[in-house]
Formats: sequence, structure tokens, C-alpha cells
Amino acid sequence: MGLIDKLISTARRSSPWLLHFDCGSCNGCDIETLACLTPVYDVERFGVVNVGNPKHADILLVTGTVNLRNREVLAVLYEQMPEPKVVVAIGACGLSGGIFREAPNVVGGVDKVIPVDVYVPGCPARPEAIIDGVVLALEKFRGKALAVL
Amino acid sequence: MAGTILPFGPQHPVLPEPLHLNLQIEDEIVVSATPAFGYVHRGLEKLADIRDFRQMIQVVERVCGICSMIHALTYCQGLEELMGIEPTPRARFLRVIWSELHRLHSHLLWLGLFADAMGFESLFMQLWKVRERIMDINEATAGNRVILSVNVIGGVRRDLDSGQTAWILSELAEVEKGFSAMSRTILHDYTVQKRTRGKGALSRSQAMELGCVGPMLRASGVSQDMRLLGYAAYGELEFAPVVEQDGDCYARCRVRFAELGQSIGLIRQAIAKLPAGDTSVPVKGRPPAGEVVARAEQPRGECLYYIKANGGKFLDRLRIRTPTFANIPALTVMLPGIELADVPVVLLSIDPCISCTER
Repeated sequence: MGLIDKLISTARRSSPWLLHFDCGSCNGCDIETLACLTPVYDVERFGVVNVGNPKHADILLVTGTVNLRNREVLAVLYEQMPEPKVVVAIGACGLSGGIFREAPNVVGGVDKVIPVDVYVPGCPARPEAIIDGVVLALEKFRGKALAVL
Repeated sequence: MAGTILPFGPQHPVLPEPLHLNLQIEDEIVVSATPAFGYVHRGLEKLADIRDFRQMIQVVERVCGICSMIHALTYCQGLEELMGIEPTPRARFLRVIWSELHRLHSHLLWLGLFADAMGFESLFMQLWKVRERIMDINEATAGNRVILSVNVIGGVRRDLDSGQTAWILSELAEVEKGFSAMSRTILHDYTVQKRTRGKGALSRSQAMELGCVGPMLRASGVSQDMRLLGYAAYGELEFAPVVEQDGDCYARCRVRFAELGQSIGLIRQAIAKLPAGDTSVPVKGRPPAGEVVARAEQPRGECLYYIKANGGKFLDRLRIRTPTFANIPALTVMLPGIELADVPVVLLSIDPCISCTER
């Protein structure tokens, strides 16, 4: 491991970038996730930046149920993210399918498709809970980043 | 030379939701746009087979988190009509208050996302800061920030006492001050005008032909608003639909901005006229066999519920037509001919709600 790799690893640990993907949620969790970025909650104070490109992202926030169509999109997004990476599943739907678990087009929770590190409950999850989840994910991310070193 | 096909979505920074558009472009100009769906489809209408008619209230609230209260309201009004139940006067006024709170938060959310689509991030942050006050009101009065779950068949589950209504009025005054301070930026700023004026224009006849609803239709000069039907307590309150003539993105922005003030006015009227009494009537039995169509005005336009009951615990059929579903055909007319950089602005001007569209 060279000096540059160490430098990049340190920077990624202290300022992880986050990607949000709506898998099939009712928007409740999405607007709460967006609310986390706005002045009242402001996750950027933890060094977290919201990005739109999976190739730049370290943390993947997923809201909503997985269905037969978006499971491939979710898997591709996860594949595109560079290692180390952590996944946060948000809301009852993301955890297990929630109220929609018996609906015909629903596969179930996010962990049916990709490995999940942090589960944030709630219908919809509160911004405080989401921030808590992101902070927990940061700890996991630090562990994974140090393991690579 | 044949144009290039550019996939837009399903994961795109400007979209909070997965919508896929196949844009055929030549140079930087869009030639045609084909929307593709299915990323949020859950099939929740089918849940009516296994959840009874009361449990379905919780399900239809989750058709869309942004306008959940109005989905439940439409569903309950449909069943009340079918079962011949008259909700109490107090319940009807309380429904107006929560409906308009939802409209306020939805329009502020949209204005913020619209500003973000133009690249005006500070405006987005300011609007969402104002919006948090509405979320606080929702939480204090209904116990949840987004999904209020206040509707039951025959009325509402929660009541407002005089302390709460006074507090709501003082909070709304702050909200009004907050968004009025931004009116100059939203309506008269050079950047906003440059990005929105003349973009994605729909004439009155086009809007009618494409079946647009809600603010899309009102921005093209058609005075149509489901609240004029007088459901809940709207028949006893005074308001006039906000209508603009230009039909472009700027006109839609003006309509939604003016509706913020209108919603606050409606809440003030409803609180002033709030009658005393019970919040719900007891409901016994099951809905009789029959069918009913219920309509209500959502922040995005007309929402239509078709309910067919067979006299049993479960409904035979529940069909939901949401406003975004009606507005999406307009995209195939508005997008061709504009520059690629304007696609996010025009796309957001219909206020897309994909989880509504696909259910």
C-alpha cells in the first residue's frame, strides 16, 4: 500500500459520499432522506456529500421495496460502487417489503438482492433515524476501509 | 444521420424517483422522448383481495407519501358514498385543514426540487427550510411527519383543540413570511426566467387534448379544480382556482406559488369556521354491493378512485388513477424541440410522482 492509497483511504473515511436510490418506495422515505440534506438536519456536517454517480459513492442509501424490474438496477448500482462500500436500507419496505410484502410485483427487502449493513426502521423513517443510520454506516465504513489497508 | 438515443434515468441526480426516458437527440436538441415505467410498480390495487376495506386505508395512504392524506380522503369519501354515511361537519373541516397542509408541503417540496433542477441550490435549501414548519405541524397534530393516517370511514381519527389551532395559525404566518420573502427570487429572478420562460409550452387546446390535470391544466388557461365540486368542506369555503395563460414552465411555477397562499387562506377560513361536535360517526357493517367513483384534488391534480364492492369484507376491485398518470403524455409533446440541458426543468414542471403513477 503506497502513500497515495493511504491518503485516499483517509479522505474517504472522513468524508464519505452517498448515493440515494429509490427502489420502489412510496416517496415517504425519499422525502425524509432529502430532508436530511436540508438546513434543519444537514448531514453535510458529518462530511457526507450527496452524489448522483455510483462510481463516486461510498454509502448507498436504498428506500423502498425491491420489485422484479428494479432489482437489476439496484444490483448494477451496487456493482458500480468502488470497494469498500456500505449499504443502508431505509424504511419498513426496504427492510422486509413492509405493507407491500404480499403485493404481486414485490420481491421483498433490499437484502434479497444486495448485502445490507445498516437497517433503519420506520414507516416512513424519521430524518433523525436516517442520520443515525448514516452515522452507524460511517463506523462500519471506517472498519472496512481500515481492513483494506 | 440518425439521432443518438440517450437513456435518462432510472437513477438520475435530478430525479428522486426512478423514471426512465429514452431521449432521441440530434446534436443537443431532443427529437423524441419515450417514457418507460415499472421501477416502482408494486401492484397494491391487488392487495384489496387480501386486506379488508378498513385495512385498505393504510394501504392507499402509501400509494404516495407526498399526498397520502388526500389518497386516504378520496378512498374514504368513496366508501362513505357507497355506504350512505355522512361524515360529521367537524370532520369535514378538519379534512380540509390536513388536505391543505399536505398541498402546502407538496408545493414547497416541488418548488425546491424545481429550483434544484435549474441548479439554484440555495433556493432549494431555503424552501425546504420553510417546509419543515409544515412537517412540524403535521407531526404535532397527527403524530407523523409524512403519512398522517387521520382518515377513517365516517370522519377523522384525531381532533384539534383551540391551543393547537392558534399555534397552527401562528406557524402558518411564519411560513407565509418565509415563502413571501422568496417571491421576488422565484417569480422575477433573471436566472429563473431564463430557464423557465417559453420552455415546454402547452396551449389550452393541447392541454385539454392530452388530458392534463391540476396545475398543468390551470397553467394553460383552463379553470379546472376538483375542489370546486365542494367535497369535504370546500363547498362552504371561498376560493377561486389560480389560472395562468402562458402554459410554459414559468406559468406552472406561478400557479403553484400562488396556490401556496391559497392553501394558507383556506386553512385560515376552515379554522375560523370550524364547527363543534364529534370527529367521526360510528360505522357498522360492510359496504353494500355496488360501485362508486370518487374524485379529489391532489397537489398534482385530479385523483380518481373507482371502488367496486360485493357486500363482503373485501372489495371486488379498486382502481386508482393518479394525476401524474394523466400528465405524463404531455411530456412526449413538450420535450421534443428543447435542448438537452432543459430536459430536467421541463420534466420536473409536471411535478412527476412516479410511485403514484405506477402504484
